Amino acid sequence: MAHASSDDYVLEIENVGISYFTRLGEIPAVPEFSLKLKRGESYGLVGESGCGKTTVAMAIMNYLGLNGGIVKGRIRFEGRDMATMSDEELRAVRGSRISMVYQEPMSALNPSLTIGSQIKEVLAVHEGVSDAEAAERSIEMLSDVNMPDPERVMTRYPHQISGGQQQRVVIAMAMLSNPSLLLLDEPTTALDVTVEATVIDLIVQLREKFNTTLLYISHNLGLIVKVCDRVGVMYSGSMVEEGTIRQVFKETRHPYTFGLFDCIPTLGADKHSRTLQPIPGQVSLPHERPSGCSFGPRCSYFSQGVCDVGETPLETVSDGHHVRCRRIDEIRHDPSTVESEVVGGHGDAVLDVVNMSKFYEINDVSLASLFKGQSRHYVKANERISFRAQRGRTIAIVGESGCGKSTFAKVLTGLETATDGEIMFENRNIAAIPVHKRNQDLIRAMQMVFQNPDGTLNPSHSVGHCIGRVIKKFGIRTDSKGIREHVGEMLDVVRLPKAFSTRKPRQLSGGQKQRIAVARAFAGNPSMVIADEPVSALDVSVQAAVINLLNDVQKRYNTTLLFISHDLSVVRFLSDEIVVMYLGEIMEAGSSERIFMPPYHPYTEALLSAVPIPDPDIIQKRIRLEGEMPSALDPPGGCRFASRCPRYIGRICNDEVPPDRDAGGGHTIKCHLPLDELSAVEPIFNTRDSAG
Amino acid sequence: MALFIGKRLLMMLVTMFVTTVIVFSLLEFTPGNVASKTLGPYATQAQKEILYNKLNLDDSLVVRYVRWISVLSGIIKDPVYDPDLKLGYKDSRGDQYFGNFGWSLKYRLPVNDIMWRRLGNTMILAGIAFAIIVPLSLVFGVLSGMREGSALDRSLSYTGITLTSIPEFASATFLLVIFVLMLGWLPGTSNMQNFEPWSWASQMVLPVIVLVLYDFGYVARMVRGSMVEVMTRPYIRTAILKGLPYRQVILKHALRNALIAPFTVILLQIPFLITGVVVTETVFSYPGFGKMLLEAALFGDTALIEAATLIAVFIAVTTQLVGDVGYMYINPRIRFI
Repeated sequence: MAHASSDDYVLEIENVGISYFTRLGEIPAVPEFSLKLKRGESYGLVGESGCGKTTVAMAIMNYLGLNGGIVKGRIRFEGRDMATMSDEELRAVRGSRISMVYQEPMSALNPSLTIGSQIKEVLAVHEGVSDAEAAERSIEMLSDVNMPDPERVMTRYPHQISGGQQQRVVIAMAMLSNPSLLLLDEPTTALDVTVEATVIDLIVQLREKFNTTLLYISHNLGLIVKVCDRVGVMYSGSMVEEGTIRQVFKETRHPYTFGLFDCIPTLGADKHSRTLQPIPGQVSLPHERPSGCSFGPRCSYFSQGVCDVGETPLETVSDGHHVRCRRIDEIRHDPSTVESEVVGGHGDAVLDVVNMSKFYEINDVSLASLFKGQSRHYVKANERISFRAQRGRTIAIVGESGCGKSTFAKVLTGLETATDGEIMFENRNIAAIPVHKRNQDLIRAMQMVFQNPDGTLNPSHSVGHCIGRVIKKFGIRTDSKGIREHVGEMLDVVRLPKAFSTRKPRQLSGGQKQRIAVARAFAGNPSMVIADEPVSALDVSVQAAVINLLNDVQKRYNTTLLFISHDLSVVRFLSDEIVVMYLGEIMEAGSSERIFMPPYHPYTEALLSAVPIPDPDIIQKRIRLEGEMPSALDPPGGCRFASRCPRYIGRICNDEVPPDRDAGGGHTIKCHLPLDELSAVEPIFNTRDSAG
Repeated sequence: MALFIGKRLLMMLVTMFVTTVIVFSLLEFTPGNVASKTLGPYATQAQKEILYNKLNLDDSLVVRYVRWISVLSGIIKDPVYDPDLKLGYKDSRGDQYFGNFGWSLKYRLPVNDIMWRRLGNTMILAGIAFAIIVPLSLVFGVLSGMREGSALDRSLSYTGITLTSIPEFASATFLLVIFVLMLGWLPGTSNMQNFEPWSWASQMVLPVIVLVLYDFGYVARMVRGSMVEVMTRPYIRTAILKGLPYRQVILKHALRNALIAPFTVILLQIPFLITGVVVTETVFSYPGFGKMLLEAALFGDTALIEAATLIAVFIAVTTQLVGDVGYMYINPRIRFI
């Protein structure tokens, strides 16, 4: 291995230990960490939350707050030790030589300053340029990040532009003084999948243009593949595996890395052909790390007397590929076993939605509307929704934020009533019955699991009380002994110890809370459960566990599961049928396999093309959507998707509502393009020839 | 925007109308009537009856309310100025004009002659106190909120709580003992009439200090709390990691956001300082609005109470309106709703 001189490295992190000092004493967030980045390189850092990824990024910036600090080792940036810099020197580096892009662009931007003034100050403070020049260069940079109408954006406030545009502003701000190192901390996590894809494209494109070194932090292995050359896998504050993308993804050696791959659903397989293998347990807290290998307690290859003794060294397995594992030569990974057990629909429709629409009326109070005499507007949250759900099946509703999927769930559960159309649930039209007028049995028959388990469990009630209440209320059991027994059974079903019934939500982890939410939803033996983004707030291994759980519980009770999600990989894995929504309307519906193969609806095609795939051998066709989703307030008259459609064919798309084309086997596509044209496209996913 | 202000102005009028109804009705339940008050304790029952009838005081509440409003807006003449009554009341502005609040029994003057002078006095006191409280609270609130838990923060927090907890009459007495009795540096009363041997400025010192001590801690703690919150926001991190000097991070990025929440609280100090400083004004015999309101209430001076209440409510709702518009200005997220 050729020894590069220090000049070639932009960043050298040598045996750095980072600790936080709290009342409990010193908490070693990162015990020892090393990393070297060559100029122009793009490096990905992955791992679950709590592994110390962000801490490392903040340490590079020398920004660890009042109670954090580097306790050993050195971080050298362009040959200079960051820790010895004066405040003055540090300021000169921050935002100029090293800059950062953050997870949530909305909160990273100052809400009460215009975007222009926030961008310009970077140049003013680092280069002392005049306001006019700063403005000119800011506008130029905004055009470089593909911002539409940059002059206008300069005068806007952050809340007046969309999330994707906000992130473009943050990126423009970071790139303005042409930094040599750009830190990206989960830059697309808060964004929709199609927006994410365009931001990722932009990052790749800027990197080529400015030859910037990137440190890309993410939990999403699919994005790392798209952006990075090398990748490091972090676990509990230390690097456990490091190498090129191909080495880590294709010649994986560390059990934790295997674990990560095994718990993410991929587009190539569904619940009938593979199982997700969640990593048991949780990341151990910094002050509770076991001796020896910190992954030991969760590792299926753990061997007493080998793994828990002494420091585990980082060993080189091939050129540039390092793994921290004692048993590296003994373990071989078996991909998860295949079990094929397709459960068909029973033909008995539990839910039949016919032409359901939900409009919200908005009273316009502006002067202009007063003159026009048109003061009522409608937000068309759902329009002409029709589909059928059979007993025991999983139906996924996918679409980006604002597509109306959550409104649909609200109408089903009676939190809102439909404006028009029918919702036949167990042969009863419930479209116009609000929840407070529904009888106990109807409410029992339809239950929900929500996205954020923290917000949905009452913090002052015990788990047992929470589940028991459902059992009592719906009259499943009435005596207190019976209720207790049933609560125990439910905890068993969601694989939690019975002793949990006395615990309060604050004593549970996020995954455990979501299990409780599942137990609560299924406790009344409902015939349908609506799960609204039930796993999107969870870490990958916890996500896998909850997906498995939902799947098992649903099978056990033969419940219909309506799964609302924006994550197509999860949807592909879990669901039998998929409904794709855009701006309040169903664009495409059909069985899972059919949706993922041509013919595609142009919108589905774009969605699929944007899904990040954690496999360097799969190449995706690149389709990117232009512009923003139009407002649901007075949406386009013809096809809702016309304004952004890459396959737009003319006036007809704007003027006429497209027909539902039947592609066979219950697969419908709402598009003006004839079926044979829709079919005559390449599949989105193609396997690259491994040799090439 | 114009529509928004227009709507708010209309709401202001409604609020004031409701207030006058409530005040007018409440005064109905106070003992004694205007006729006996007007004539004083030595008048005979017959004299009172005559006046009572001349003023039509046995009309229903609604009729008298409408009459009062009509007098106020200058539609009809004020009956008390009728020379036939031989009360000898005289208003230099005439007996029919817009804003005619009537005759103050307590001060034996038209309400307009006494009220505005007193309001002016209080405004001077409140203005000086406000001009000291706001910058002081901002500076200390921002300094302590900037670094939560620092020595400066803790000492300011304790001082603030202590000062706010001391009632005005206690701190006033305390200061009087030190500066008047022991040191003899300042006057014990601030009557604002004789400026010998104590100058105007020396008379203002103690009342202002009492108000500042009482109010400063409260406002400063509001600013501090908001500042602490803002300093933990990700956009402050963005600003620091942009390489901005700390001064600029505070002044440009933190300050404006930190002012959004306490802005309303700061503005609410204006009505408090104008109408709520009865204790301070009474202790120092300061001829202000609050003291006048107290005396009018004790005497049962209906016309003055009604007028003063109306003015107080007007000040409160105007401050609210200014607050809402100002809030929209400093918080761009709610602009032009």
